[in-house]
Amino acid sequence: MATAMTETLSPTQPVDLLAKFDPIIQTRETLLAAGVEDPFNLVMEQVLSPTRAICNGRDTILLGTYNYMGMTFDPDVIAAGKQAMEDFGAGTTGSRVLNGTFRDHRDVETALREFYGMDHAMVFSTGYQANLGIISTLAGKGDYIILDIDSHASIWDGCAMGNAEVVPFKHNDVEALEKRLKRIPEGAGKLVVLEGVYSMMGDVAPLKEMVRVSKENGAMVLVDEAHSMGFIGEHGRGVAEEQGVLDDVDFIIGTFSKSVGTVGGFCVSNHPKFEVMRLVCRPYVFTAALPPSVMASSATSIRKLMHGGNKRAHLWENSRTLHGGLKALGFQLGTDTPQSAIIAVIMPDLEKGAMMWEALLKEGLYVNLARPPATPAGMTLLRCSLCAEHTADQVQTILGMFERAGKAIEII
Amino acid sequence: MSPAEVDASIRALVEPFNKKGIAIEDATTFAGDLEFDSLTVMDFVAEIEDEFDVIISMNQQAEIENWGQLIAAVHKLQDS
Repeated sequence: MATAMTETLSPTQPVDLLAKFDPIIQTRETLLAAGVEDPFNLVMEQVLSPTRAICNGRDTILLGTYNYMGMTFDPDVIAAGKQAMEDFGAGTTGSRVLNGTFRDHRDVETALREFYGMDHAMVFSTGYQANLGIISTLAGKGDYIILDIDSHASIWDGCAMGNAEVVPFKHNDVEALEKRLKRIPEGAGKLVVLEGVYSMMGDVAPLKEMVRVSKENGAMVLVDEAHSMGFIGEHGRGVAEEQGVLDDVDFIIGTFSKSVGTVGGFCVSNHPKFEVMRLVCRPYVFTAALPPSVMASSATSIRKLMHGGNKRAHLWENSRTLHGGLKALGFQLGTDTPQSAIIAVIMPDLEKGAMMWEALLKEGLYVNLARPPATPAGMTLLRCSLCAEHTADQVQTILGMFERAGKAIEII
Repeated sequence: MSPAEVDASIRALVEPFNKKGIAIEDATTFAGDLEFDSLTVMDFVAEIEDEFDVIISMNQQAEIENWGQLIAAVHKLQDS
């Protein structure tokens, strides 16, 4: 019988589940056939400092790493990590709620509470998981999430993972947000999700007005400060601090993989019931906790960032110099004024963008090539993120590289 | 508003987005026939929301593929 069945089951050709990606494969092949170095396959053979690496065999200035405060090579940060690895081992092999909470997981949460002056802090394995977990858990069936259309993928994925009604509004448009809030049925739970700095264009949100209209309409507010922690605001707490509305924000989401210089994500809050999230938030519960070395390095870095006023000032100088310089060279930028440590250079199309990216790489400069769907309005961007460790000379060198590459590719 | 009035009203709103001047019937799809990308959808939905003072959440949008479904959904929303 078994034999007979095997014989009657003719081997049918399976539907190729990867066929749907053929257009992407095609675009990539066309790009590479033009002789361009693969922008999404760069290897850093050696990392020399927060601002320099050997990339694809070349000594390269790094201008696309989000390493805003240059903490990756801070001697104290490295020493703390080494010691924790010696004392606690290489990894946790467990969930935070089982065997994965070590001394340093608690300590980094203490450091975050000190940094933000808030009552509660919860550390996730990545910033992506922090958004995924907090958003999907907070807003349930019948609740509404109102979010900016240019929100990061982790925010959208948090919406998709939950059961709430999802209502987007036009980027940074206070009136569009307010109108939608007013139309939500009476009595429904409302979570407004905003970002301090939007990472594609490097622009800042009008949080003061947005938090006000959210509160006036009975919504809770979550702000992702991934790209502002560490250097925007007097204490580096982000755009909400800078605009004086930190006390009205219910949940701040952040990451360790930018200014902090390690990896991990977090949520801080003053909500009295916040600790229950540790029990109900699946991307927190059902994954392994970060290694103790990462936690010790992060805690040390966060505490040092609290006293990073001079570095913050230098980073702003770098941002202003690069923004002004690129503008003077004739490049089209994502923002009229420097609003953050991200400066987006708008490319005419993907082909020119890839050529410019490669020309810069050959000059010895690494920036991010960003293209749809990550970018708004189908744009191709060369995204530059500055570091507090870039010297004033390096910024001038960078401007020279942009000038030569821009003229060679005929963008300026 | 009757379904016919809703249809007429949204027909006026869609015009600037219907760049190729496709003749719209109930079965006309937004993604396929009208070639709307996600940003166009957002702008078009915002126009409808403002006109009718309603919210069409993304969850609801996911159920709307063609013109007829949109008219029916908005007609229902403005009554509730």
